[in-house]
Amino acid sequence: MTGSVIIQFIQSSIAQGTPLLFGSTGEILTEKSGNLNLGIPGVMYIGGICGVIGGFLYQQSTTKVVPVLAVLIPLIFSLAGSLLASLLYCFLTVTLRANQNVTGLALTTFGVGFGNFFGGSLIKLVNSDVPSIALTKIAKAYKQPLPFADKLGWFGEVFLSYGFMVYLAIILAVVASWFLKKTRRGLHLRAVGENPATADAAGINVAKNKYYATCIGGMIAGLGGLYYVMDYTNGVWSNNGFGDRGWLAIALVIFSMWKPNLGIIGSYLFGALYILFNYLSVNIAMMHIIQMLPYLVTIIVLIITSMRNKKENQPPASLGLSYFREDR
Amino acid sequence: MQDGYALELKHVSKNFGNVAANHDVSLNVRHGEILALLGENGSGKTTLMNMIAGIYYPDAGEIYINGERVMITSPKDAFYYGIGMVHQHFKLVDVFTATENIVLGIDNGEKFSLKSSAGKIREISSRYGFEIDPEKKIYNMSVSEKQTVEIVKVLYRGANLLILDEPTAVLTPQETRKLFEVLRKMRDDGKSIIIITHKMHEVLTISDRVAIMRKGEYIDTVETSGADEELLTEMMVGKKVSLNIDHPEPHDIRERLVVRNLSMTDGEGVRVLEDISFSVFGGEILGIAGIAGSGQRELLEAIAGLRRLDGGDIFYFDPKSGEKEDLRNKTPLQIREMGVRLSFVPEDRLGMGLAGNMDIVDNMMLRSYRKGRTLFVNRKNPHKLADKIVSELEVVTPNVNTPVRRLSGGNVQKVLVGREISSSPTVLMAAYPVRGLDINSSYTIYRLLNEQKSNGVAVIFVGEDLDVLLELCDRILVISSGKVSGILDARNTTKEEIGRMMTKTGGVDEND
Amino acid sequence: MKMTENATVGEKRSGRNEKRSKEPLLHITKRTDIPLSRAIIIRAVAVVSALVFGGIVTIFLTGDNPISIYVTIFEGAFGNSTRIWFTFQQIAILLCISLAVTPAFKMRFWNIGAEGQVLIGCLATAMCMFLLGDIMPTWLLILTMTVASIAAGIIWGVIPAVFKANWGTNETLFTLMMNYVAIQLIECFLKIADKSGSNTVGPDKLNNGWLPNLFGQQYLLNIVIVAVLTAVMYIYLKYTKQGYEISVVGESVNTAKYIGINVKKVIIRTMALSGAVCGLAGLLLVGGTSHSIDSNLADNRGFTAIMVSWLAKFNPIMMIFTTFLIVFLERGADEISSKFGLNSSFSDILTGIILFFIIGSEFFVQYQVHVNKNHRIFAKTRKER
Repeated sequence: MTGSVIIQFIQSSIAQGTPLLFGSTGEILTEKSGNLNLGIPGVMYIGGICGVIGGFLYQQSTTKVVPVLAVLIPLIFSLAGSLLASLLYCFLTVTLRANQNVTGLALTTFGVGFGNFFGGSLIKLVNSDVPSIALTKIAKAYKQPLPFADKLGWFGEVFLSYGFMVYLAIILAVVASWFLKKTRRGLHLRAVGENPATADAAGINVAKNKYYATCIGGMIAGLGGLYYVMDYTNGVWSNNGFGDRGWLAIALVIFSMWKPNLGIIGSYLFGALYILFNYLSVNIAMMHIIQMLPYLVTIIVLIITSMRNKKENQPPASLGLSYFREDR
Repeated sequence: MQDGYALELKHVSKNFGNVAANHDVSLNVRHGEILALLGENGSGKTTLMNMIAGIYYPDAGEIYINGERVMITSPKDAFYYGIGMVHQHFKLVDVFTATENIVLGIDNGEKFSLKSSAGKIREISSRYGFEIDPEKKIYNMSVSEKQTVEIVKVLYRGANLLILDEPTAVLTPQETRKLFEVLRKMRDDGKSIIIITHKMHEVLTISDRVAIMRKGEYIDTVETSGADEELLTEMMVGKKVSLNIDHPEPHDIRERLVVRNLSMTDGEGVRVLEDISFSVFGGEILGIAGIAGSGQRELLEAIAGLRRLDGGDIFYFDPKSGEKEDLRNKTPLQIREMGVRLSFVPEDRLGMGLAGNMDIVDNMMLRSYRKGRTLFVNRKNPHKLADKIVSELEVVTPNVNTPVRRLSGGNVQKVLVGREISSSPTVLMAAYPVRGLDINSSYTIYRLLNEQKSNGVAVIFVGEDLDVLLELCDRILVISSGKVSGILDARNTTKEEIGRMMTKTGGVDEND
Repeated sequence: MKMTENATVGEKRSGRNEKRSKEPLLHITKRTDIPLSRAIIIRAVAVVSALVFGGIVTIFLTGDNPISIYVTIFEGAFGNSTRIWFTFQQIAILLCISLAVTPAFKMRFWNIGAEGQVLIGCLATAMCMFLLGDIMPTWLLILTMTVASIAAGIIWGVIPAVFKANWGTNETLFTLMMNYVAIQLIECFLKIADKSGSNTVGPDKLNNGWLPNLFGQQYLLNIVIVAVLTAVMYIYLKYTKQGYEISVVGESVNTAKYIGINVKKVIIRTMALSGAVCGLAGLLLVGGTSHSIDSNLADNRGFTAIMVSWLAKFNPIMMIFTTFLIVFLERGADEISSKFGLNSSFSDILTGIILFFIIGSEFFVQYQVHVNKNHRIFAKTRKER
């Protein structure tokens, strides 16, 4: 491989890994509160399409696209969309104590449908005459690389050539890691996910923690969907284009053993596996065997951690269970 | 501030349903003293303490802290008044360190720093002589270390009144001695301590005063210096109450079950049974007396084939053929297939003996569903059995298709005992079969056990009420800390004697 | 009397203790008993509200009038005989997968890998048709397909079960991951079977081993098989010893051990059964209807089935109704989207809405909400439980 191929490979891996990183950081926060939100794939679709709706409305309403607004409007739409979806999940599972798996799967069905529906019908719904949704001007604002990206040779290309969301994903993962490990609220949140009865007895509000973690987690995950349409696909929405990345993000949570900073490495590794076949002269059928690897590796991690039974690497102890004080 | 009492209870009562757990209890604790709270199981000690710690709220009565009338509605309120309770079941997050557990839930506006908290923990530890590693994870800790964390957790929040619920139950004699040293230091530091315990010599060693409770009522408080074991035991168990349970002399008894040198450790490697030996005869009721958690449950589960032994033997003698069978480390199914008719009424009725959401018929089937070679279950006979039990034992239920979870405690127990004796057992084991039952249901159970006895069944009865044990059983095996401390003839012994044997630790005794 | 005491002491202290906990206004307890009629009414109200809400959303998006919308939905599902047959075929497949996941759920084993178990059954069927289609006589081929698809489903189901039984490996996450392994295996097969790089292998390549038509109806065989299966599953769960063991393990592992049930064996056996039925669904999909395979063939029905089974409280007979409701809505929504030129994912939105309503309504079946009159009553009821 030549240098430029290696650089391109790294860049593609990072681009592939970034949506997963947003998704897994969000899901880790959520799961740390004991909520196994299987609706995350749906939330990521909603985050993506809401950004598209915001961007589309903005682009339709003006002739001159201001970069700041081009970034902010879709961002706010995206956050609001994933927040509402997460609130719905919380209301059902925390307040109404519904089964988390069923609620999560329903949310994924709904969210993916929501994304594809508006992706496919948006133009008709607003009676527009454009042939397809192409938010190229907005995408340009999202893809704006850091300064000096093209002046520092390979360094600039590998480290500085991405849109701001790539760096945002890393920052959020690092902040989440710090929050969980070093802050009082993080400690309380982890206690809720491990042993809600103990947390409750210590005076920690279990429901509030679950709501906050799940909603903020959902908003972060939704950004993964936004990154995908605005940056990765240059503002072009295609139905089901996001694919199974939401589930891959959940796999990444297990792979990184519920540690957001490990998720950074994991996401780029998964991203690399996703595109590796492009760089190997292998049979096209082999490509799918390679794409299977992230899941296989995740299964192996899951098996090994359960066999070694090392407490730190286990899922939060009350994951998937709703808490009802009087069940004690 | 040192005026009056650290804590004063006036006429406190608490009912659970129609059972009075505490009735008109008045009691006080001085500043800088260790008060031992002594009483049998079910005498209401823990309920009373839970009301001070904010877990329960009293139905009537008043609580005063340092002379001030207070309402304690939550553990947070209790902390606010400087009260901290160390429960028997620890409330700790396993994957957290000691420090993380200790600071959990505290939000006092100070900067969050585990490092400075750890420093403060070390400071508390050195002041009172604890040995604690703030960085150690709970799941790596021994029971006594976990207890230390709980105590430090309470001290860290600035508690001046500490309540310890049977702290020595889980400790070795050496650990107990260490704990007592710490408690004395805390007392000398001006803190007040209430310690719940059954162990008489511990009461005498550690406490300044002893408050005695019996059957939910407060009896008296005496100065420890003026008390001795005999006096305390008498106050604790009270005068003998006549219950008028049938008590026929056993006849034609034959050895049915022999347990020899049985030892066992639990999942965490703690030894729960040590060198247990005894035999049970067909046609008698053998009572097992002991403080709760002394190994009774484990012993019965070992015999029933639910736990693996470390050592020892369990032999069964068939009443017809007289053949000797080895039950050691057999599964319940294997025991059944050997033709041993062993019935077991476990302590946890809905979680082990029955399936709560299933109806009475399906619960009857638990024992018999395997019968026959077909793939299908036969509900006809279980249905008949259910009808029979409901009518004969007067089970109050809408019908036999009602999930057992919806029945009252007494009726649940009738269903369970009824099923277990329906298979005409040769050995019947019952763990706390009348716990939580009303008087009438209790007498039904006594009658059933006596019937089994007269049918020649070897009955093992684990009980907590000594009066009942004395009037129902023929012999009483007393168990203490997983060891047999004696086997008594129920007709020639007293409550005091049983009480003394229950609280005997054996082995290393504490004397300083 | 009590109230005033609370107030004075509370006041006295509130200055110093800001965070004093307040008694919640609503007090929630678990119901021990609810009359069946009441439970049915609660759920019926949920379904009707969901239909109304879904209707409002549709009106908002299409501008059509409500009557016309419900007529369109009905037309979509039952408009003519082709549609009726197709609707019933869809019900059959979804019901089949729902039946498959049920035994495991009754055991409280959260198998969310039905999607993968169905797909691997599809793959096994397709591979038999592709590789053996020209070699074997049709009857032998169909027999081989049946055995292969069921075996594949069993393998996919048993792997996570073995790890769960022995090491307590989290089955939810494990079975979830297995779905995507199956998807990639299918993609891999597609690329090998069709060198042109197409995303599906169709009837031209899978031209042998089609399940026979009954009375000239292509879908009838599937429907009959699933109808029989529903009855068998109902009987299995309710009247067989194995079904009884599943209930006991799901109810309490301790009780199961107490009566001598080998819990590990039951877990593995039950997941083998779940996997087998999923594999069978794969056979019906490929051999019975599509005669083609692609990685989207299960169409998320593995996930929908979980919700169907849960909504029916794991009762196979009830599942006929829940499946019917879901499929009816999907077909109707498809009709609406094609009539108004909207995207076909509209049905997912309507399905989601109805699921949310029913999921939420379960709370009112399981729990009772009391309004707190005063502190004392609260303290008492709390402890009495």
